[in-house]
Amino acid sequence: MDYTRRWWLRLWLLVTFVFLYAPIAILILFSFNDSRRNIIWQGFTFEYYAKAAQNVTLIEAFANSLVIALISTVISVVLGGLLALALHRYRFPGKAGVEAANTLPIVVPEICMGVALLVFFAEIGWATGLPWPLSLANIVAGHVAFSFPFVAIVVRARLAGLDRFQEEASRDLGASEWQTFRYVTLPFMRPGLVAGGLLAMTLSLDDFVITFFTSGPDTLTFPVKVYSMVRFGATPEVNAASTVLIVLTVVLTVVAMRLQSPAKSGA
Amino acid sequence: MSEQPIVRIDGVSKRFGVQSAVDGVSLEIARNEFFALLGPSGCGKTTLLRMLAGFEIPTAGRIAIDGEEMTAVPPNRRPVNMVFQSYAVFPHMDVAQNVAYGLKVAGTGAAETASRVEDALAMVRLQGFASRRPDQLSGGQRQRVALARALVKRPKVLLLDEPLSALDKKLREDMQLELVRLQHEVGITFVMVTHDQEEALSMANRIAVMDQGRVLQVADPRTLYENPTHRFVADFIGQANTFEVEVLGSDGDEARVAHRLLGELSVARAAPEIRDGVVIVRPEKLRLDFSVPPVDGEVMVDATIEQIAYYGDLSFVFVRLADGTALQISRYNVNRVDRGDPPLGTPCRVGIHPEDLLLVATS
Repeated sequence: MDYTRRWWLRLWLLVTFVFLYAPIAILILFSFNDSRRNIIWQGFTFEYYAKAAQNVTLIEAFANSLVIALISTVISVVLGGLLALALHRYRFPGKAGVEAANTLPIVVPEICMGVALLVFFAEIGWATGLPWPLSLANIVAGHVAFSFPFVAIVVRARLAGLDRFQEEASRDLGASEWQTFRYVTLPFMRPGLVAGGLLAMTLSLDDFVITFFTSGPDTLTFPVKVYSMVRFGATPEVNAASTVLIVLTVVLTVVAMRLQSPAKSGA
Repeated sequence: MSEQPIVRIDGVSKRFGVQSAVDGVSLEIARNEFFALLGPSGCGKTTLLRMLAGFEIPTAGRIAIDGEEMTAVPPNRRPVNMVFQSYAVFPHMDVAQNVAYGLKVAGTGAAETASRVEDALAMVRLQGFASRRPDQLSGGQRQRVALARALVKRPKVLLLDEPLSALDKKLREDMQLELVRLQHEVGITFVMVTHDQEEALSMANRIAVMDQGRVLQVADPRTLYENPTHRFVADFIGQANTFEVEVLGSDGDEARVAHRLLGELSVARAAPEIRDGVVIVRPEKLRLDFSVPPVDGEVMVDATIEQIAYYGDLSFVFVRLADGTALQISRYNVNRVDRGDPPLGTPCRVGIHPEDLLLVATS
């Protein structure tokens, strides 16, 4: 409590917040700017939201991003959760190797991963020109590859706090292994799965590099589309679209936080 | 024990790698008994309990529960339930859901579940706590939940792993009585693991004392205290004074022993097969004397008072004999008015009644 009384500490806090949030605040503010250029404030308007809503390729890219994020998150949560469980529960030869391999997609520079995936898909002759949403499959695969290790790490940290006697108590009370997993282990993992899922979803939604390398010529995702729009000058339309995305992720995060409030997390 | 025992442990061993946790244990536990496995940490008592629960499979030997072979049966198919040391109450379920868990996974109907959960909560005196969450309960209450959760399954044997170790002293004493009451009430065999000799003595009908994976003695509390077969048992349960003696031979049921200060004596032996060992005597059976002549048959030895430890109801007087043997003598402080302790270094005499002496095995 003493810390908040020192003026320079409070100032430092303020500076930090400004540094973190000023760009976002300005982005949102200028999405309402009534000007073709994004530099000087001219007046308030919703015009660019309407414009963005009518931009068919932008909407398509947005839908692509959402579908990719959703599917890759579900797959990442399942894979990451299972990996975390296996690493938590079993000791096996080469476990250290598996753990190291697990962190690899996190530390490998994205650009390398992107090139690697590009080469990989070309090498195996991944079918192109598939109908939507199958055309997104390679991007989904790429996203799963770098997101599920994050899920595994988050869930594993959660599992470290699991009293192993709880699983034994469940077995002792007559539950099968499946029932024990369903009623004891999974509820305990849930906050980790939700947090990991959120992480995977945000990673997928804003991924540019890997998507850029893995997407075919006809598939656009939101970040890639925004990039191509910005190349011809950042109009408030881009701001408007970005604002929608920000609001969406904030809402998602708040909902997820609520879902794992202390009363339900069983910490 | 004419009846068939509820638990039969037959030559059970458990090795983890090269380490032997339990080493050739055979035990029979009778129906409705309150049985304790007592020993220091690492003696194998918990491993033995976990083999009864089914969490460990014996390396050798067999376990039968109520006449049925159980050696390799998984824990969820055994008619036993366990109260864990950490209680292992499910944190994401309320009290009623915790207690109902074993019935839910067995597919018991809603009406029966409700009434059995209610009965179980009443049994452990937790009525009105049904919708509480575990983090709103005290340690003692969580333990009651764990008890109710196990008892609701109506097991043939209830296993308790150090049930009182996590409670503070006062609560521990209450819970000792409570567990004994509960055992009488439900008429289920209780098998308890503990390292606390007082707990075992005050609660159990019979106690198995374990050391280094072996069972040294199985007996009722009084026999364990008054007639321990091993020096380890004598030291572990209560206090024991030890005399190094030379065993000369048998004198009927008794053993003829010689001691430098006590001379030649005939002493009882804890088991007929004991040929060698040490003689022990409990501190409260020694008489500290300054003037009064010996009473019938008492052997008197000279000693010096070295230290006095005051415990309120009793004091321990530590004395040393001429040959260097240290003895402790307990004396009840029967008078409220302090008569004053003798100063340290005071010469005194210790009266030993030969019939209080016991020859026990050293290993």
